[in-house]
Amino acid sequence: MATATFRIWRGSPQGGRFEDYSTEISEGMVVLDAIHDIQARQANDLAVRWNCKAGRCGSCSAEIDGQPRLMCMTRLSTLPLDRPVTVEPMRAFPVVKDLVTDVSWNFRVKKQIKAFNPRPPDAQDGSWRMLQEEVDRVQEFRKCIECFLCQDVCHVLREHHLHEQFVGPRFFVHIAGLEMHPLDTEDRVPELRQAHGVGYCNITKCCTKVCPESIRITDNAIIPLKERVVDEFYDPLKKLFAKLWGLV
Amino acid sequence: MAQYETYQYDVLVIGAGGAGLRAAIEASAAGVATGIVCKSLLGKAHTVMAEGGIAAALSNVDERDNWKVHFADTMRGGQYLNNWRMAELHAREAPQGVRDLEAWGALFDRTRDGRILQRNFGGHKYPRLAHVGDRTGLEMIRTLQDHGVHRGIDVHMECTVITLLKDGDRVAGAVAYDRERGRFRIFQARAVLLATGGIGRAYEITSNSWEYTGDGLALAYEAGAELMDMEFVQFHPTGMVWPPGVRGILVTEGVRGEGGVLLNKEGRRFMFDDIPELYRNQTADNEEEGWRYTQGDKQARRPPELLTRDHVARCIVREIKEGRGSPHGGVFLDISWIRKRLPHAAEHIKKKLPSMYHQFKALADIEITREPMEVGPTTHYMMGGIHVDADSQMSTAPGLFAAGECAAGLHGANRLGGNSLSDLLVFGKRAGTHAASFAQEHGPTRIDLEAAEASVRRALRLFEGNGQPALGDGPYRIQQDLQETMQRLVGIVRTEHEMLSALEAIEQLKVRAQAVRVSGNREYNSGWHTALDLPNLLIVAEAITRSGLERRESRGAHFREDYPSQDLAQGKLNLVLRKGPDGQMRIERRPIPQLPQPLQQIIDEMK
Ligand SMILES: Cc1cc2nc3c(=O)[nH]c(=O)nc-3n(C[C@H](O)[C@H](O)[C@H](O)COP(=O)(O)OP(=O)(O)OC[C@H]3O[C@@H](n4cnc5c(N)ncnc54)[C@H](O)[C@@H]3O)c2cc1C
Ligand code: SF4
Ligand code: SF4
Ligand code: FES
Repeated sequence: MATATFRIWRGSPQGGRFEDYSTEISEGMVVLDAIHDIQARQANDLAVRWNCKAGRCGSCSAEIDGQPRLMCMTRLSTLPLDRPVTVEPMRAFPVVKDLVTDVSWNFRVKKQIKAFNPRPPDAQDGSWRMLQEEVDRVQEFRKCIECFLCQDVCHVLREHHLHEQFVGPRFFVHIAGLEMHPLDTEDRVPELRQAHGVGYCNITKCCTKVCPESIRITDNAIIPLKERVVDEFYDPLKKLFAKLWGLV
Repeated sequence: MAQYETYQYDVLVIGAGGAGLRAAIEASAAGVATGIVCKSLLGKAHTVMAEGGIAAALSNVDERDNWKVHFADTMRGGQYLNNWRMAELHAREAPQGVRDLEAWGALFDRTRDGRILQRNFGGHKYPRLAHVGDRTGLEMIRTLQDHGVHRGIDVHMECTVITLLKDGDRVAGAVAYDRERGRFRIFQARAVLLATGGIGRAYEITSNSWEYTGDGLALAYEAGAELMDMEFVQFHPTGMVWPPGVRGILVTEGVRGEGGVLLNKEGRRFMFDDIPELYRNQTADNEEEGWRYTQGDKQARRPPELLTRDHVARCIVREIKEGRGSPHGGVFLDISWIRKRLPHAAEHIKKKLPSMYHQFKALADIEITREPMEVGPTTHYMMGGIHVDADSQMSTAPGLFAAGECAAGLHGANRLGGNSLSDLLVFGKRAGTHAASFAQEHGPTRIDLEAAEASVRRALRLFEGNGQPALGDGPYRIQQDLQETMQRLVGIVRTEHEMLSALEAIEQLKVRAQAVRVSGNREYNSGWHTALDLPNLLIVAEAITRSGLERRESRGAHFREDYPSQDLAQGKLNLVLRKGPDGQMRIERRPIPQLPQPLQQIIDEMK
């Protein structure tokens, strides 16, 4: 059987280094399989997060040969194996141990975003009617598995560390999902401009490129949100008309 | 004693899947201080993986549906071992559960007139599963999570409970460690609610993640509560079989609901070969009728691919055993054939089954719109679990509640697809309500510090001897050996002889688990975590095997080669397990209470 070498970052908040492990590989293997083999045979205390092994839970995010990806969805056959495959934790978040990072910031941010607030039910049976065409657009945003890979690549967070002023692409997707929800009545536009910092995004589209759910983060979520901010704050007349004719 | 932090809640919920979150929302709505603990990050629990949908008789697609039909379907699927009161409550309350989700922001697929769309699933007479493509679980958990975080519920993520604490007879709290740092936390609570999910990791081939080590079952058992129906493990007929790394990952039943067919290597639709008597009236006897059913023809009967999971799984095993399997030891599941019937079949498949399309393309290089998949049975769901009261979800230990997959009763001998997500909504809510009132009605509890300290010492003892013999006979090795044992000896087809050798093997594994030691430190140490899970898995494995031995008949998911038919007498009892005063597992036959006349009538009418 063939073997491959994995150069895995091992360490703690105090620091760490890459260590090489070779392991046997077989057809169809993904990076997470290799990490598990290494964990079971060579490094019992290697820290890694995972759950579903099928790209559904968003737990196993890491940087593989420098690319932010899900370990469970990265086939070894797509990587050059003539040199060591590097596997390191997401760099935009503080390390906990080895491949595990502290992503708790994301959960705190989510809490600050105004919750869903539906209009009163208007169908006879006490629920709502919505057409598939109306929900299609929002369903795209709701595909998000909260892997935080988009947060990991966004330079506003990764390089400029503006965590206090900017919620990051994941939460623009979340806000877009709420703002465009056919039933929602809340207005999040003032926060978008200020606390959520949508203005910091300069549409580099790096986030869209890494999203494992192929959500068109920039085109479908961020740009429309930016437009709402512009409309609401810089075009009060338009806003007034929109309100009058129910076009918001 | 090692340092620890303490927390106090009125209701402590253990588990943040659908059941735990739903319960926590309800408890906190009742105005009691609520904390929730989970092993993974929030939103990553198993519920996120559910694909097909939530069963609820909303009757949006077929107006003939109502709670009675759902009730009868659930009882038939469970081969009448179900707790009928739970089956009744579930069928009545599931529609409201789905509507609650919508009110909290969930966006289900829609019918033409703008209502929630429902799809066909095995064992359900009418299209009944509310769904979002094939990612319904994600929609559900995210909706509950986002709703929950705005309600002041305290969340302890990546924190594993290892022991329940008692105050006399009453369950009064829990000891846990946080995975990140390995520090201990002691929770004091007036009511404790288990929502820890399943046991799939007791088997080698499973659709379940590392979390599913049966912790809740073992915690309850150790605290003196009863377990029930442990012989009923659901093997889902369609898991991936190739490549090796993805073996066991689920292929949703939705594929068959959308018209997918099962074929052996000769290209034969073998499911037509064996249709059980109980279902003959409801099953199509030709391909044409089966296809019309999947396309919404209300006169048509469902194709045999949509028979109950236990039956489909056994038919697949038969094909494989008799040499008619696919190259990698499964059978073929083909949805691509619908090209012959539908003009835009490829688009249709991608729209209806996007995750499946992606999963096969990315992991197996299979284009499901053009070629068949290879599938085989995979350990999927635990029908058995903690014995609870139907209305309140309280276990037989006062102050301890259980809901979701870790509780027993609703599904009897076999669960219908889609009935789990609805179970979480209905009984999560009920458990939350009743745990909150229990907390309000009963005074504060005292924490047994001595028991807490003993628990912490047991956990830390695993580090003694620093790593010896960790690498020789480490926790992973023991876990693998247990999985291999259960897969081989207590799997889909069982015999007395094999289960007896499984019991012996389990005894030896217990000894090895006692001696296991781990290396490294307490921070995010997967070896340590695995070692701590082992006793739970062993309790579960023993319970499954003992119950399997005791039930000398074949029923639902439990199939005995040495007793291949149903036995009328045993069809009237559940098997209940508890820890005896001598520390040994005790098993008891418990008669099922007589079905009240109105419910019996429903069943008779729908035969
Ligand atoms: C791939 C797949 C697809 C499925 N599809 C469907 C479907 O379409 N329809 C359907 O109805 N059902 C489906 N099911 C079944 C259904 O998803 C599960 O039965 C259900 O989600 C279980 O929910 P739960 O809330 O009981 O537990 P889970 O969602 O598994 O949550 C368990 C929670 O308990 C926590 N926990 C466990 N042990 C401890 C401990 N010791 N300390 C602290 N926390 C702990 C875990 O961290 C987790 O948060 C599917 C299952 C799988 C695996
Ligand atoms: S497009 Fe905006 S949010 Fe996305 S990575 Fe670039 S700057 Fe960040
Ligand atoms: S938007 Fe995409 S990349 Fe970002 S967290 Fe969600 S799934 Fe991951
Ligand atoms: S393990 Fe769930 S996304 Fe990789």
